[in-house]
Amino acid sequence: MTERAALLEIEDVSLAFDGVRALDHVTFRVDRGEVCAIIGPNGAGKSSMVNVISGLYKPASGRVRFQGRELRRARELSGLGIARTFQNLALFRGMTVLENVELGRDFRGRASFFEQAFRLGRAAREERRSREEADQILALLGIAAHRDDIVGRLPYGLQKRVELARALAPRPKLLLLDEPMAGMTFDEKRDMCRFIVEAHETLGTTLVLIEHDLAVVMDLSDHVIVLDRGRKLADGPPDAVRRDPEVIRAYVGSFAD
Amino acid sequence: MIFFLEVLIGGLLAGVMYTMVALGFVLIYKASGVFNFAQGSMVLFAALTLVTLLEHGLPLLLAFGAALLVMLVLAVAIERAVLRQLVNAPPMALFLATLGLAFVLEGLAQLVYGTQVHGLEIGISDAPIRGLPLEVSKLDLFAGAVAAALVTVLGVLFQKTRSGVGLRAVADDPIAALAVGLDLPRLWAIAWAGAGVVALVAGLLWGARVGVQFSLSLVVLKALPVLIIGGFSSIGGVIAGGLLVGASEKLAEVYVGPLVGGGIESWFPYVLAVGFLLVRPTGLLGERLMERV
Amino acid sequence: MSSDVTAWASSDADEAASARNATGQGQAVRKDDPPTREGLPRQPALARRSLALRIASVVAALAAAVGLLTVPLLVTDYVLSAILVPVLALALAGIGQNLITGYAGQLSVGSAAFMSVGAFATYDVHLHVPGIPLIASFAAGGLVAALVGLIFGLPSLRIRGFYLVVSTLAAQFFVVWLFTKVPWFSNYSASGVITAPKLVVANVDLSSPGGHYWLSLLVVAPLTVLARNLVRGRVGRGWMAVRDMETAAAVVGVRTGRAKLLAFAVGSFYCGIAGALWAFAYLGTVEPHGLDLDRSFQVLFIVILGGLGSIAGPFVGAAFVILLPVAFDQIGSAIAGGSVDPGVLQNIEKILFGSLVIFILVKQPAGMVRIVENAWIRVARWRARPA
Repeated sequence: MTERAALLEIEDVSLAFDGVRALDHVTFRVDRGEVCAIIGPNGAGKSSMVNVISGLYKPASGRVRFQGRELRRARELSGLGIARTFQNLALFRGMTVLENVELGRDFRGRASFFEQAFRLGRAAREERRSREEADQILALLGIAAHRDDIVGRLPYGLQKRVELARALAPRPKLLLLDEPMAGMTFDEKRDMCRFIVEAHETLGTTLVLIEHDLAVVMDLSDHVIVLDRGRKLADGPPDAVRRDPEVIRAYVGSFAD
Repeated sequence: MIFFLEVLIGGLLAGVMYTMVALGFVLIYKASGVFNFAQGSMVLFAALTLVTLLEHGLPLLLAFGAALLVMLVLAVAIERAVLRQLVNAPPMALFLATLGLAFVLEGLAQLVYGTQVHGLEIGISDAPIRGLPLEVSKLDLFAGAVAAALVTVLGVLFQKTRSGVGLRAVADDPIAALAVGLDLPRLWAIAWAGAGVVALVAGLLWGARVGVQFSLSLVVLKALPVLIIGGFSSIGGVIAGGLLVGASEKLAEVYVGPLVGGGIESWFPYVLAVGFLLVRPTGLLGERLMERV
Repeated sequence: MSSDVTAWASSDADEAASARNATGQGQAVRKDDPPTREGLPRQPALARRSLALRIASVVAALAAAVGLLTVPLLVTDYVLSAILVPVLALALAGIGQNLITGYAGQLSVGSAAFMSVGAFATYDVHLHVPGIPLIASFAAGGLVAALVGLIFGLPSLRIRGFYLVVSTLAAQFFVVWLFTKVPWFSNYSASGVITAPKLVVANVDLSSPGGHYWLSLLVVAPLTVLARNLVRGRVGRGWMAVRDMETAAAVVGVRTGRAKLLAFAVGSFYCGIAGALWAFAYLGTVEPHGLDLDRSFQVLFIVILGGLGSIAGPFVGAAFVILLPVAFDQIGSAIAGGSVDPGVLQNIEKILFGSLVIFILVKQPAGMVRIVENAWIRVARWRARPA
């Protein structure tokens, strides 16, 4: 079996909020092209982990490496080819679906301010291309009908899809999904799964997702990381993790609390 | 040296006035989370009501009581007609609404009471007390005492009474407050009524010093730098802010003013506030905010 | 505190509730607003429209342009000088204000200050640079205003939300003070008053009311188109992203600091040009106190009434703000059988505008433009209903 290059490396990351240990010396790596799920009981530090990876939280110690280079701030993400969705949705609620998705790619724009003001050549071309690409993603995710609707007015399930569309728009190398299926009905989850798989297969995007639905996790992922109270409990293929007694104890334990 | 002290004291006294007006802002901010731009117009309205009643022959105490009643009714009306409709609005919308409110109140005040300047006599002289090396009048001392009293009362109310604690809870997290069963509309009404009272007192004292006139509502804008410098969340901060703004403004005017033609007071406090925000975004004694993603 | 009024106007949902409501099915929709354009015939994108339709829209645009240009032949001098010119000038200022506050979400009350800078800068450039064309002076005035706006907008890089207002408040008071105290700006005239230079563009004398109107149109129309292009493209999207959720904007790759400063610069540019128009095409003379905090509030009101986050909105708002006092005066005279005390009228206007602002913020925060749009959609729905 060929050794795949590590895309994302988490090295000994620790994070604390006012004394509460959110992450405790966590180390793992995500290989190019794999689907990696981060699971764990509530409060395990999963969202904190993703927030650290995406540069929103600064770890107290340790570092995050993407393609070998250290990753520090949120604004480096798009340039490096990393995109993410948020647990509580971080959509631009005053804008339309199309505008939100176009924003996903906007950082690539090269036309200058004046070219844009006068809608000259390069600006007009970029706008057109932007719209076409966005329309493609909208069609892929089945939300083309809501193209011109204001995002803030859409139902929750559709908003989740818009956020995914925005994240996919720049065809990222790495996609971080923070509970992409939270609050969805069975049908919505099934559709979301399908989109995620399609994105993975069509675009070759490496996925890191936080997910509570263990069935989904076992089904979709190649690699599972289990966190509990900030510490890494298990790290391996889904089957191995599922049978790990420590993991079982952590989950059962959390119920008993 | 004496001159410097005189200017300083003068500034501090002006600061006392600013503090009082700022208290009204703090009350409402603590309760509704909004910077009530209409506070200035409320001060003006209160002062005009009082002055008009006095001019119609009512004795001071009665006039004060009647004006108090008017302010309470006004405050509750505002809370019900405007604030309650904007419960879920973002802070900017609320602020803009109070801007509209300010205009309504100003127009109303001038329509009802006319535009001329009214002198306000409350029986305490504004002449410098003889024998002191500095220019301080009985009115200044009275104002200082009233301000101190007001601040103490408010401080006690916030810490000790149920309504006060409730208001602090609401300021902290309105939804949690609701969940615990606090009567939000009632608390808001209390806060606004309180602001109305503070407005009346401020209007009274200020009017006694400079006369009751339209520019009162503009001067009140200075409360914003006071609150920014002192921090919105604590009464101690308001006092610190008020004194700092009053003193620095006067000092700047006297020492730097002549170099540039004077009139610096009109913008100095705001520039100072900007400077503060750049260095200490939450003010001298304010709380630090944490943003959870 | 991430959403702005426009975002809230469009979402109309309790953000906190929707964020915590993991199983929520839908957002509360304001009862007057049609939720989506579902069920309505979709407007095809410009590129996909048939050739005939494209030709038709170009012809329509040309007709509108011709119509606008010939207005002076159709209306009285009074309408031109007292209504159309100030509406155009204020609308331009409103566009500038809207770019800063409505699109980029940065609270600003300094529009009159930037207008003032534009007016005085235009005056001084035109005065001191021999032979410079008027339009170039206007442009220079705008650029100076843009620079001032940029400087007072710098705090937005560190200060978020409501507190930012104190920066433009400082600008407002400072500018009034500066132009009153430093006589050079007003060419050493008493109390800082400046008067309009001769309004000649390309050897055409524009001193008549009609000329003033054409000058205003010549300036406002292209700038409006440019603004529209900006807000519909990357720049506008970047602004709105900063407004709606700055953290997410950064994650998506928006250069948030640059976006904010750009908004202040461009917005102040527009206000500056508007100020020059206001001073020279409308009033003829202007003094520093004429562009004070009250004027800034007036511009802010225009933007709120017309609709935050819209390019057409300020035109509606400006028309309202200019026409209402006129209408009031007429009604007042009719009722009172003579002229009414202007002070009383002014106060009634204050009350009315204040109430309107509150009403709009409560009922339809997206402003009159949205009110009209919703009515339009309702009509379209009614006509598209199954037979």
